[in-house]
Amino acid sequence: MNGAPPPPLAEARGIAKRFRGAHAPALADVAIRIAPGAVTGLVGPDGAGKTTLIRILCGLLRADAGELCVLGGAPAAARAAIGYMPQRFGLYEDLTVAENLDLYAALRMLPRAEREDTYRRLLAFTDLAGFRTRRAGQLSGGMKQKLGLACALVSTPRLLLLDEPGVGVDPISRRELWAMVTALTAQGIGVLWSTAYLDEAEKCDRVCLLDRGRVLHDGPPAELTRRVAGRVVGLAGLGGQAMRGAMRRARDADGVVDATIAAGSLRLLLREGAVAQSPGALGLGTRAGFEPVAARFEDAYVERLGGGARGDSALAASYRTIPESDRPAIAAAGLTKRYGDFTAARDMAFTIARGEIFGLIGPNGAGKSTTFRMLCGLTAASAGSGTVAGHDLRRAAAQARASLGYMAQKFSLYGDLSVAQNLAFFAGAYGLDRRAARRAIGEMIEIFEFAPVLGQNAGLLPLGFKQRLALACAVMHQPPVLFLDEPTSGVDPLMRREFWSHINGLVEKGVAVLVTTHFMEEAEYCDRVSLIYRAEQIASGAPAELKATAAALSGRASAGMEEAFVLLIEDSDRRRAAEPAAA
Amino acid sequence: MRRIAAMIVKEALAIVRDPKSRTILVIPPLVQLFVFSFATTLDVTHADVGVWARSQGAASTDLVARVAASPNFRHVLSISSPAQLRHAIDRQTVIAALVIGPGFDRDVAAHRPAEVGVVLDGRRSNAAQIVAGYLTAIAASVGTASRIGTPAAGAVVTNWFNPALSYIWFTLPSLIAIIVSVSGVAITSQSIARERELGTFDQLLVSPLRIHEILIGKTVPPMLSGLFNATLFLAIATTVFAVPFKGSLLLLYLALFIYLLALVGIGLFVSALSMTQQQAFLGSFVATVPILLLSGYSSPIENMPGFLQTLTCIDPARYFLVIVQGEFLKAMPVAAVLDQLWPLALIALATLGAAARLFRARMG
Amino acid sequence: MSAALRPDPARLDPRRLRALLAKELTQILRDPSTFLIALVLPLLLLFLFGYAVSLDTSRTRIALVLEDSGAAAQSLAQAYENSRYFDVALLRASAPAKELMVEDRSRGIVVIPQDFSRRLARGTAPVVQVITDGSQPNTAGFVAAYAKGVLGDWAAARRPALARALAGTVTARPRFWYNPGLESRNFLVPGAIAIVMTMIGTLLTALVVAREWERGTMEAMIATPMTMAEFVLSKVVPYFLLALAAMAMCTVLAVTLFGVPFRGSVLALALVSSAFLLPALGLGLFVSTVTRNQFVASQIALLASFLPTFLLSGFLYEISSMPAWIRAITFLVPARYLIPPLQTIFLVGDVWPMFWRDSAIMAGFGVGFFMLSLRATRRSLD
Repeated sequence: MNGAPPPPLAEARGIAKRFRGAHAPALADVAIRIAPGAVTGLVGPDGAGKTTLIRILCGLLRADAGELCVLGGAPAAARAAIGYMPQRFGLYEDLTVAENLDLYAALRMLPRAEREDTYRRLLAFTDLAGFRTRRAGQLSGGMKQKLGLACALVSTPRLLLLDEPGVGVDPISRRELWAMVTALTAQGIGVLWSTAYLDEAEKCDRVCLLDRGRVLHDGPPAELTRRVAGRVVGLAGLGGQAMRGAMRRARDADGVVDATIAAGSLRLLLREGAVAQSPGALGLGTRAGFEPVAARFEDAYVERLGGGARGDSALAASYRTIPESDRPAIAAAGLTKRYGDFTAARDMAFTIARGEIFGLIGPNGAGKSTTFRMLCGLTAASAGSGTVAGHDLRRAAAQARASLGYMAQKFSLYGDLSVAQNLAFFAGAYGLDRRAARRAIGEMIEIFEFAPVLGQNAGLLPLGFKQRLALACAVMHQPPVLFLDEPTSGVDPLMRREFWSHINGLVEKGVAVLVTTHFMEEAEYCDRVSLIYRAEQIASGAPAELKATAAALSGRASAGMEEAFVLLIEDSDRRRAAEPAAA
Repeated sequence: MRRIAAMIVKEALAIVRDPKSRTILVIPPLVQLFVFSFATTLDVTHADVGVWARSQGAASTDLVARVAASPNFRHVLSISSPAQLRHAIDRQTVIAALVIGPGFDRDVAAHRPAEVGVVLDGRRSNAAQIVAGYLTAIAASVGTASRIGTPAAGAVVTNWFNPALSYIWFTLPSLIAIIVSVSGVAITSQSIARERELGTFDQLLVSPLRIHEILIGKTVPPMLSGLFNATLFLAIATTVFAVPFKGSLLLLYLALFIYLLALVGIGLFVSALSMTQQQAFLGSFVATVPILLLSGYSSPIENMPGFLQTLTCIDPARYFLVIVQGEFLKAMPVAAVLDQLWPLALIALATLGAAARLFRARMG
Repeated sequence: MSAALRPDPARLDPRRLRALLAKELTQILRDPSTFLIALVLPLLLLFLFGYAVSLDTSRTRIALVLEDSGAAAQSLAQAYENSRYFDVALLRASAPAKELMVEDRSRGIVVIPQDFSRRLARGTAPVVQVITDGSQPNTAGFVAAYAKGVLGDWAAARRPALARALAGTVTARPRFWYNPGLESRNFLVPGAIAIVMTMIGTLLTALVVAREWERGTMEAMIATPMTMAEFVLSKVVPYFLLALAAMAMCTVLAVTLFGVPFRGSVLALALVSSAFLLPALGLGLFVSTVTRNQFVASQIALLASFLPTFLLSGFLYEISSMPAWIRAITFLVPARYLIPPLQTIFLVGDVWPMFWRDSAIMAGFGVGFFMLSLRATRRSLD
C-alpha cells in the first residue's frame, strides 16, 4: 500500500551448484527473489535446475557458491516457517490422511489445542474431510497432491515451496490447487511454484525462467509475453485431419516460430518481421484469413527457448501405411471392471477407426486408467468385451498384443540397459526377424538422433531422450494401434510439441491412437474424446462438440477444452445431486 | 523363439551391465566361499584346556605333558581349586579341564584301573564332545606302556575318498550347493519384484511376449549366476584348496542345471506372491533357511526326526549335495547320480509349474 | 556449512519424537513383511534348529561285510547289529558294500575277514577292517570311533581275563557340565535368538530406512524442523522393542516347547540383548543411509550382519579352530559377544562379570555405528 515493495522473504544471488560427476553445472549464477503475498513461478525445460534450486532454498542441498537469505538467515534455521511440498508429495502411503496430518503437525510444532481447528480448516479447504481414515496410498493423484499441500501448510508457513504440484493431476484439481494457493498469498505468504503448465505460469505475479541452470528471464510474465505481442495469429473453421495437416505444414513454413492447435483453431507464432502468409500458401482453402490473436506466455516461452518442433515427422515418413480395414482398430463394448462391490469402470463403449486419435480424459481416479488397462490387456474385464485390430482380448490376447504399441505413464524401459540394448530387446520381444530388427533399429536411431547416446544407460538419459526412446520402443514393429497413457505427463511444452508431431504423422499413415491425458490442449489434437467421470462416460464426441455442449450448459461461448471439462463435470455433479430428489 | 531369445539376452545384460548387480554377483559368493571354507570347520584345534593335577607323580606328569604337547590344544591352564575350575569353565576361559585325582599315580603304579575326570563345557556341546574324545585318547595312551599281552582283536581304519579326513574336502564341494541356492532364490525373486516396482513389468505384459516366455527369460539371470559361481568355486576348490575332482564334469553340470531350475521355480513362486522388493527379499530369506538346514549340510539327515526326514525329500539341495560330494570325491557313477537326479527333476517341474500357474492366476 | 544444514542435531522435542514413533509403529503394524520377519521367521528357526540341526549322532548306516562264517565272526556281527550307533546292512562280499558307499547309501564298511575266527582260535589277534566315507569327515570320525568301540566291548566280553589285564590302562570319565545330555538344541536356541535379532535389528531397519529415501518421504521429513536425533530415535526404538519382543517369544517357546533350561535371570537376558541391539540397529541405519536403495542395502546387510552372526559368532562353529585371520575378524562381529552370554544365561546362570564385559564391548560397537550413520546422514542429499 505504501508504494515501496516489501522486502523479499527469500533472496538468492549468484547461486551455483554442480553435482559430483556431472559434466555441466546444475545451476550457474542463479538469482531469485520470492516476495511476500505473491506467487513466483519457476518454469523451464526438463533438467533446467528447478528442483535443485528449490532444494537449495529449503536447505536440503548446499549451494557451491552464492548468497542465500531465507527469512532473514540460513534456510536450515528458518525450517519451521518454510512449507515444502516435494514432487512426490512426501506422504506415507500406509498411513491415513489424519495420521499423515498428525505427523506433520507434530513435526512442525503445531500446538495440540490448535490441531483440530487447523485440520478442519485444511480438510475443508482441500475437500478431503470425508477421507480422514483413508490411507494415503489409496487416494487419487489429485487428492494426494492436496493432502501433500495440507501437510505443508499445517503450521501456516511464511514461505511455501511447491515443486511441480500439477504433474499427473487433472484440470479440476489443478484449478482448485491454484485457488487455494492464491488464497494463501492474500495472507502475506510468499509462494514459489514450479510448473510445466505455462497457463499457470502466466497467472503468477513474477516468473523465473530457467534453462540449463541459467536464468533466461526474471520478471512479470507479461513482460516476456509483450515481446511476442502482435505476432500471433489464428485460423478458425478447420477440423480434425485438415487442421493437423495445416499445422504440420505451418511448422515447417518460413517465418513461423511455432504452430499449435488451440481453442479449435490453428494458431501461429510468427517470426519477428514476418508477415502472415495467406492460408493458401499452407495448402488450406481460402475461405477465411488469419485473424490476430492475443499472445500468451507460452508463445514467448517457446520463442525464448528457440522455437517449436518441426512439422514433418521422420518417424511417420518411414512408417508403413496401415491398410484399410472394415474392422475398427479398437472397439470396446460394455467393458466393466469391478473390485468387490466397487465399480472402477462401468459399461465403457466406443470404437476407434483407422487413422483416428481418441482421447480419454477425466479427473484422477475416475476410471480412465482402468478402461485403458482393460483394452491393452493389463487388467481383465469383469464384463463386456474389447478388440484390438480385430483380435478379441479374451480369446486372442497374444495377437491383440502383437498389434499394439504401448507407452506407459512413467518411464518404464530398462534403466540399466543401454539405449541400443533397449531397442534390441523390444525388436526381439515383438518377434522381428534379424533383418527386420536391424532395419527397424537403424531407423529409430536415425529418426530420434540416438547415435550419440546409444551406449548410455537409458535410466540416465535426460527426460526428453527417455520420452523419445519410449516412443521408439512402442512403434518399432509398426503396429496399427498405439496406446499412450499420459505420455507427456511432466514434460515441458517443447518436448510435447515434438511428441505430438510424431503422433499426428503416424495417424496420417492410418495408425489408430488411444491416449489419456491431463493436458486439455492435447485433447484438442484428438478427433474424438470421451470424458470419464465416476467410472462412466459422461460425454463423448469431437472436441468441438464437447465444447458446444458445455457452452450450452453455461450459456456463454466457452473458449477452451479445459473450461468444457470443468463445466461438464459440474453438470454431472448437479444432475447426480438432483437424481435422488427426482426419484 | 526370437522373442525368448530377446528376453534371455535382455535378462543376461541386465545383470552384467549394472555395476551393482555385478558386484553382488561376485563379491558376496567369494567372501562366503572363503569365510565358509575356513570358518565352518567342526574340527577342534587350538582349544584351551585346564589341568587340575592333585597328584604329582610320574604318570600325572606324563599325562599333563601329553596334553600340553597335543596339537589340538593351545594353552594349558593350571588349576588348583574347585572355585578356580568353576570360574574357568563359567567364563569360557577353557572348554574343558582334566581333573587328576590324588590317588591317580598310586593306581597306575599298582596297575589298578585308574580314572581321570574330565569336566567339559556343555554349552558348546559339539566342540566339547570332540575335546572329550581327544582327552580320552590321550588318557588311554598313558596306560599303553604298562599294557601287557596282545589285544583280543584289532581294528584297522581306512578312510576312503578323503584319507586324511580333511574337512575342507567336505566343505568346498558342499558350498557349491549352498551358495548357489542362496543366490538362486534371491536373484529370481528380486528380478521380478524390481520390474514390478519400476513399472517395466507392465511393458512386458503388453508386448506380445507370453507369460511362459517371460518366465523362461526370468530363469536366465539366476541360472547364469549359478553356473558362474559354481564354475568359480570349482576352479578355486581344485586349484587353491587342492580338493580332488574325480567324477564327471558333464554329470555335475547336468545336475547343477536341474538343481538351478528347481531353485528358480522357488524364487519365481516367492516373487509371484510378493508385491514389493522388501517382501520378495524377506520371502526368499524365509524360503532359503529351511532349504539349507534340511539339506543335510549342517547336520546329517539321519539325525533328524522321522517326519523331518520325510520333509527333506522335497528339498532340492538334499539331492544336489549328494551328487556334488559324490562327483568330487567318489566319482559317483551315472546310475547313482540318476537316482538322485530324478527326484530333483520332479521338484524342478513342480516348482516351475506352480510358479507359472500362480503367475497366470495373478495376472488374470 | 554442514553445521548450517543441521544446527543442533542432538536437540530432542518430546512431541515431535512421539509423533514419529507413532508413525513408525503404525507402519510396522500394517506391513505384512514385518509380521513375516518378527513372527514367522523366529518360529521357523526355532523349529528347524530344534529338530533339524541336531549334531547329536543317532544311528548311522553302515555295511557289514561278513566274509567269515565262523561262530566268533557271527557273534561279532551280532554285536554290530545290536549296537545303538549303527544301522547295519549285512553283506557277504565287499564289492556291493563299496557300491553302497559310493551311492551315498552307507557311511562306512566294517569287514570281518575270512580268517577272523581262525586267527582268534590260533591266538593271533585278528584284524577287523573299518572303512569310512571320508567325504563326510565328521561322520567318518564317529563311525571309526564307534566301530572300534563295539569291537573293544565285544573283545572285552569274550576274554574277561584279558579285559582285566587291560583294565590297568587309564580311562577318562567326561562330565559335561550344564548340558549333561549334550542336547545340541540347548546351544542352538541362543543362536536362533541371535539370528532373529540380527534380522530385525539390521536387515529390517536397513530396509525401512532405505525405503524412506527411495519413496521420497525422507526429503519431506528433512525439510521439517525435525532433528536427526529425533529421526534416529524414531527408527531405533520401535525396532528395538520389536526385536526384544521376538527375542522374548523365542525364549518362552524354547523353554516351554523344547524344554531348554533357563537358569539365568530375565534381567541379564534383557541386558545382553539390549546391548547387542545397539550395534545391530546402528549397522542397519548406517548401511541404509549410505546406500539409500533397498536392494543394495539388503545385500550388504546380509553380508555384513547375517553371515557373520551365523558363521563367525561361535554358535555353530568353534572360533578357536579358525585360522588366525578369521579369528581376528570375529573380534569385530558383535554377535561374538552375544552368544556366550546367551548360552550362559540359558544353561549356567548369571555370570555377571562376563555379561558386563561383553555388553560393554557390544555397546561400544553400537556407539561407533551410530556416529558413522550420523555423519553419513549429514552429507545427505548432495
